[in-house]
Order: sequence, then C-alpha cells, then structure tokens
Amino acid sequence: MKTFEYTPATEIGEAVGALGPDAAFLAGGTNLVDLMKLGVATPDTLVDINRLPLRDVEELPGGGLRIGAGVRNSDLAAHPVVRRDFPVLSQALLAGASGQLRNMATTGGNLLQRTRCRYFMDMTKPCNKHEPGTGCPAREGDHRNLAILGASEHCVATHPSDMAVALAALDATVHVTGPVGDRTVLFGDLHRLPGDTPHIDTTLEHGELITGVDLPAPSRNSAYRKARDRASYAFAVGSVAAVLDTAEGRIENVRIAWGAVAHKPWRATRAEEALRGQAPTRENFLAAADAELAAAEPLRDNGFKLALLRNMTATVLEGLA
Amino acid sequence: MTSTVENTVGRPLGRIEGPAKVTGEALYAAEYPVKDVTYAWVVQSPVPRGTLNAVVVDPLTEDDDVLAVLWHGNAPGLEDAGDPELAVLQSDRISYRGQAVALVVARTLEAARRAALEVRLDIAAEPHDALLRADHPELYTPEKVNPDFPAESRIGDVDAALAAAPVTVDVRYETPALHNNPMEPHATIAVWEGDDLLLYDSNQHGPGVAGTVAAAFGLTPDRVHVINEHVGGGFGSKGTARPNAVLAALAAKVVGRPVKLALPRQALFSMVGYRTPTMQHIRLGAERDGRLTAVSHEAVEQTSQLFEFAEQTTTITRHMYAAANRYTGHKLVRLDVPTPRWMRAPGEAPGMVGLECAMDELAERLGLDPIELRVRNEPDAEPESGVPFSSRHYVECLREGARRFGWAGREHRPRLRREGDWLIGTGVAGASYPTMAQPSTARVTLGADGTASVAIAASDIGTGARTILTQIAADELGLPASDIRMRIGDSTLPMASVAGGSSGSASWGWAVTEACRELRRTGRSEVTFDTSELIAQQEKDGKHAFGAHFAEVRVDTVTGEVRVSRMLGVFAAGRILNPRTARSQFLGGMTMGMGMALHEEGVLDSRTGDWVNHDLAEYHVPVHADIENIEAVWLEEHDADVNPMGSKGIGEIGIVGSPAAIVNAVWHATGVRVRDLPVRLDKLLPHL
Repeated sequence: MKTFEYTPATEIGEAVGALGPDAAFLAGGTNLVDLMKLGVATPDTLVDINRLPLRDVEELPGGGLRIGAGVRNSDLAAHPVVRRDFPVLSQALLAGASGQLRNMATTGGNLLQRTRCRYFMDMTKPCNKHEPGTGCPAREGDHRNLAILGASEHCVATHPSDMAVALAALDATVHVTGPVGDRTVLFGDLHRLPGDTPHIDTTLEHGELITGVDLPAPSRNSAYRKARDRASYAFAVGSVAAVLDTAEGRIENVRIAWGAVAHKPWRATRAEEALRGQAPTRENFLAAADAELAAAEPLRDNGFKLALLRNMTATVLEGLA
Repeated sequence: MTSTVENTVGRPLGRIEGPAKVTGEALYAAEYPVKDVTYAWVVQSPVPRGTLNAVVVDPLTEDDDVLAVLWHGNAPGLEDAGDPELAVLQSDRISYRGQAVALVVARTLEAARRAALEVRLDIAAEPHDALLRADHPELYTPEKVNPDFPAESRIGDVDAALAAAPVTVDVRYETPALHNNPMEPHATIAVWEGDDLLLYDSNQHGPGVAGTVAAAFGLTPDRVHVINEHVGGGFGSKGTARPNAVLAALAAKVVGRPVKLALPRQALFSMVGYRTPTMQHIRLGAERDGRLTAVSHEAVEQTSQLFEFAEQTTTITRHMYAAANRYTGHKLVRLDVPTPRWMRAPGEAPGMVGLECAMDELAERLGLDPIELRVRNEPDAEPESGVPFSSRHYVECLREGARRFGWAGREHRPRLRREGDWLIGTGVAGASYPTMAQPSTARVTLGADGTASVAIAASDIGTGARTILTQIAADELGLPASDIRMRIGDSTLPMASVAGGSSGSASWGWAVTEACRELRRTGRSEVTFDTSELIAQQEKDGKHAFGAHFAEVRVDTVTGEVRVSRMLGVFAAGRILNPRTARSQFLGGMTMGMGMALHEEGVLDSRTGDWVNHDLAEYHVPVHADIENIEAVWLEEHDADVNPMGSKGIGEIGIVGSPAAIVNAVWHATGVRVRDLPVRLDKLLPHL
C-alpha cells in the first residue's frame, strides 16, 4: 500500500479545492480502500468527504426526491419515502453487499465503485483498465460474470452496483460540482462504455464531486430482482430494475434497466420502445427482452446471461403488470 | 478421590476458552506482544514456471524502514526438512505461480508491504502447463495414495461383470480446486534467543512444526518451541509447517530481531495448500433388484513439480458397498501448480461426490428408492480387506434419517414438485470417515489441593479439543471439570499427534485416559503415559464412522438459482463426548459440504497458472442466508475396539456425502444431472 496523505474536509468548496492531481475523495471507503490495499488505486492524498453536509434526503416539490451524495446505503434503503415511492431503489440497495458495508457505503460512492473483474483487481495481471494498452485477458480467460452488451475488444468489465441499476430505471439526475462550477448529469450519461478508453469509468472530470442525486416524481409500481451465486453478500450475476404503468390494458410508461451485463447500468431502451402502447403480457415482455438482447455479444462462458435476463425481465414486469 | 462427581463426558460443556475468545483476550499467533518485532511481507512469483535471475532492490536502499530483502541470492542456506515447499528462497527455480521468491522485512508492516510492491523480479519465464485434463499424456499411477494406501485395488473382473450386468451406470463427475480458507490466516512470529527458536505459529500440530522447522535450521527438535494456544481454523492447511513459519524464522535470523509474518488472504490460495481438482469415472453394474455386481471408481488428480501429493479420492469406495467385482484407482499428473494438500476429508469428500451421485443415478435406472438401493448393498465385512467392521450403523442412519426427514412416500421420479417458480426436490447420500488414532503422550499431575493438571501438546483449532480433554480427565479422575487445568497448544508439553484426520480427540483422549488411569492405579501424584505401544497393537482396518445426509432444495426456474431448504445429517460415530461441540463440528462440515456442492470453486486461468478468484468476495463459501434449516443428530453407538472412550472422529464426516445429497436433490427437483461441481445457475438454466 502506497503511503498517502489524509485531509478531512468540512465544506464542499474546500474538498474540491483540496483535490490534487493524484488525490481521491474518500467516502465510505468500502471499495477505494480495498483497491488501495491491492495496489490498484494509488492516490497520494485522500480527501475525506464524510463530514460534508451531504447526508440529507429531501422531498422535492412535485413528488421527487433529492438524495445527498453522503447518504448511507442503509439509511437510504430504510427511508420511509424511498420505501413507499421508490421500492425499486430500496430493494436494490438491500440486495447489495452486507449490512456492515451498507452502513458505510454512500450514494455517491456506490455510483463510482469500480468493476469486480478479477483481472482488474490483480495488479500482477495485464488489464487495459488499470494499465491502458496491456490487453484484456478476460476476453479469453475468466469472464463468466462479465459483459454481454456494449463491451469492446479492450474491455468486457461490468459495473457492479445494484443501486445504480435502480437509479437508471428511475431516470435520476446527478448533481456534480467541481473546479469549474456546478452541473447536472443525466443518469444515463454518467457512466460510459469502455470503447478504447476502458480506464475511464465515467464522464466526470478529475476533481468533480457528486453532491447528490435527484429522482423525478415516481411511479410507485417498481421492482428490483437480482440473481446471484449465493443467497446474500454476492454481486449480481444479472439483475433487473423496472418501472411499469399501465392504463386500459396498455403499457403507458415502462423503464427497464439491467445490471451485471455491461460497463454501465444498462438502460434497455429497445425493450421499452417495443413495449410502449402494447398489452402487458408475458409474450410481449419476452419479445421486448429479445429486442434488447439482439445486440448482445456473449463471450464463451457468459451466454447464459441472455436467458437469465430474458426470464427475469419478463417475470419482474409480469409482477408489476 | 471418590467417584461421587457426576460424569461430564457426554454433557454439553461450553468451550472453556469461549469467554476469552469472545472478549478478545485469547491470543492468536500474530497477536502476541513481542518486543522489537519487525514485519515481513512475501513477494510471490508472477509466473508459474521459470528461473529467477535476480531481485532488484535499488529503489529501497533509501527507505530506512526496510531492513532486508531476502531472496535466494542472499538468504542463508537451509537444511532439507522433508518438504520441498519449505526450502524457501533456496533456489532460482520457480515451480508455481504464487511461490515465495523474496521476503521484505521492515520496521513497519506498511513499509514491508510497500517495498514488496516495488521489488523488481528478473525472471526468465518458461512455457508452463497448469491445466488438469482427463487425457493428459503424462498421467501416471502413483505407488501409494495418502496416507499409505495402494493406488489401485482390483477384485474379480470388473469389465466382464459390467458387460454382463443387466443395469449399468457409466458416468464422470468433476470437482474443482477448493481452498481451505480458515478465518485466521497462516501467521508466525519468530523469535531467536541464541540458537533457540520460539515460534508463535498458527498450526494444527505444534510438535510437528517444531520438528520440521528444527530440521530446516539444522537444530534438534527441542531447540524449537512452538506456541499455538488458539488457532482460528485450519481445515488441513495447517497440518504441517507452512512456508510462513520457515520464512519468519529465516528473516528473524538475518535481521537479528523478531519477525512477524501474517499471510494476506490472497496468498492462502497459493502458498498453503488446497484440495486437488478431481475428474472421476464411476462405473456401476447391478442386478435388476439393485444388488451391485461391479463397482469401478477411477480418479484423475494433480500434483506439483515439487513433490508428489497423491490424494486418496477413491479409497472410500473400498469399504462402502458390497460387490463381487471391484476396481479403484488413481492417476496423477505433475503440473506447474502449487502442491495440493489436505483439506477437510481429503479423498473422502470429493470421492463420495462421484460414488454417491452415481448410486443415485443407478437408483434412477432401477426405479428404486435410493435408500433401499444402499440397504441392499450393505456388506457383512469390509468388502476388500475382509476385516469385520468394529461397528457399522450405516443402514440405521439411513432409516433414522428417512424417518426424521419425512422420506416415506417420496415420489422418486424427478421434477414432479413445483411451487410457483420453484422446483423442489430431495436427495440422500451416505457418509463415512475412517476412525483413527495416533500415538500421543499425556502427563497428569495431582496438586496438593486435590485438583489436577493435565498437559499434552494438542492443538485446539476451534473444535473444542481443550474442553473435551478436560471432560475426559475429569471423569477418569473423578473430579469436577472445574478442578482440571488443561494445558495444550505448546510443543514443549508431552508429544501429541496432529489435529487432523478426525483423530485428535481419539489420540489425545486415549493418552489422557491412560495417564489418569495409571495415576489412580498406582497412587502416584504424577504420571506420563505414551500410547505408542497400544496403538501399534491395534487392528487398523474395519474402523469407520458412518452417516447419512438428506437435503431438500428448491431451484428457481426463472434464474436457475439453487437454495437449500433443509439439510439433515444422521451420524453413527461412536460415543459423542460433548454434544455441543460435536453438533458444531457436524454442522460445520455439512455447511462446508453445501459450499462444495453449490459455491466453492478455484477458477483457474491456465494461461497465468493461477486461480483468479483469490479472495472471499470472489471465492464464495456459504453465508448465513444460505443456511435455512440445518440439523445434525446421532445414534447411540458403542464401540469398545476403537479407543478407551469409544469415540470416533467427527471433524470431517459432515462434509463427506453432504455435497452429493444436495446434487442428488437438484436432480430430483429438476431432472438435470450436473456432474461438474459447483452446481450453479448457469449450468441449470439452459435445461429448466
């Protein structure tokens, strides 16, 4: 582990100003500290943002919600408004990690956690994500739980978050502040696909800090489902977040996001298009999933994810219909 | 002394060290406060095969905290300690990925770890082969398999009997590399006092570690003192000295200060042993009534370039079922991999996956209750040695389990029970583990106040050994347990055998029993008793514990996820000395069996020659949420032939057969036979 400086910040401007070129923000530390121990992350300074005033959940006029970036995963999952109006988010949070980790992990940090690709986590192996140009051993190696959508020859990593999949389906927006001021990022624009620069996970500039996440007024009819290799404390093998509103036997509003299939939480827009105005039947749900999966490019050992996502999507939507 | 005190053996005494453990007072190896201690960190080879030409340490010379960077170019020479994995930093040969090639010693842990990341290795890598294949051209039959069995056994003519059998099963099962992963990683603090070496070391056998480390340094065993008062599990991986003990001692000699070396979790996957992957071929031939005419069980396994470790995968088949024609065999190949070692029920655990799943497949072919199939093949004596069983209550375990589990009325055809999206099924499998005892010595001393002190260099790796030995001594001396002072976990105490092979309680308890009895018989105030002669006279064959495992699973047709609704283990394992610690052992073994069935797998990348999932986030073991309903019960069994307590080993039998019961239940739920473990959703989903 590389020696580092530790700087606690109490104000947002102070935190952003303190972040040097090789520094990192420290929130819950549940991912960053692990990566530092492994030598994958080597910041020279940690700017502790846990004391910033970012720990509130506020109800917005019109029924939306503003979630401070420092709100802990366990607090957010238990928040009565989240439980009532955004069940997909509460369910996704509770499906993730363990009680101890959720007590530490924050909203902003959860969005910025890094892939669990086993090559990325091991500095004795080549990986374009931790050292661009060294290659992607996962394509031919261990990739059972890596991407089937939106990957590139340079990287087949997946984003590991459950919470982020729910936020993708909720059409969230992300508030960011940084050296050049504040801006708002649509959730779908926050994470990026690997392309030929897989070492860059998001569209945030270095020095920018997530301060909060806004959720628009909800459809309360939402759900999250996660498949995993053991009953708890395991990253998703595949997951589905969905919001569904129907009227007069037709689908009015549907939003679907998938986890553990791509470098970013995957918004299934083709599936949504296929369903809008259609009857909420299992046949239509399956056809919609197929429409989305038509672009899938599974690797040797992860083709099972197509059937998994297809089944789960249809079952989750059926449960909401 | 009078015998008015109520016996404590057979009662659920709580662990004596329990309060010390839960309050943090109990010290584990790396926790001993040692003055002037320094810290070591291992540099591991990034290639599986090659030559280490140099270790470049220039950038470190300015770091005052780094005391030494040891490698074969500068490390002191070691003697042959009988284990090539302990010849650390002695040669330029790299035999597996993860091998210790250098050791950094520093004033702080952080400095050692940082320097280890910066050390540059000049390695000439060579082509390697780390992949086990059933058709590997270099497979060979070893002379013996562990601990000392013939690699092959042959009775009658299996091929002819199979050709003539009206019903046959011919199947292949595979089990992956598994990693022991005790909660407490392997750790050592080494302190030299002149030519005497003190080791605080996490292990399952203090005297063994002392002897081995002494040999490595050319010392007599009495010059090395090993303390392992509390050990946070081992599951076989701490049965002998591991490289951490020798590395710490070597480093302490060089820097002239005590050295602490605690392996990080990732290193436990390559440096301390693992269970070999197995590829098994099972052929069964039977009459239409289910009576076996032929049993053939062959296993392909791996070992390392360093030495031959030959796991006894199919030896359990030699005593499970009657059949006139039989073959068991083992084939090994030397690969560029770490040497496999013992892991809880080495041999029996993977071997029973093959045998008991094949038996389930035979029951399916016959349209027979899998319990009835087993009952019909119950032997009168050990089928291959002909030696009578000292006691065998396998059928009773099956019947009692059937009664408790609600087996009666089970529809034996698969995929008939469905609740919502879940398919539900049940499975059964047999369990067995050899009953062994090894020579040990105990000393009993009577105090002036009427209390007694018992000393034996036994190791309590979390099993409850300290408590059980206290109970045994209390009853033999007619004292309450609170009047016994039990001293273990120190190699300078009277010699004890390893906490392994489920033989600890039998071996140490035997020595304690005899020492107490002789003390009472002679009226002396101190007696030391060595059981070597008694054990040498004992018949070794025909002594086994038996059991039966039952499982109910449900499989989600949407995702292929498997959940285990119920597990039941019924055991006939002699006299149960302490029901509380025994239950804990059985349940622990069964839980580990669930892990073997559903979760655990070392995922090899044959190009890099290592397991890519080398931490507990990626190498899955069952978590609490996986355990819904688990129960272990036992039958009363009296066996005067095994040892004076009448006890059989119980540390391993819980993992023998429990994986097969789950795999068989998955078939019963889904109609899908998954023949390569672990059974995961990706293997089921395409067939649901």
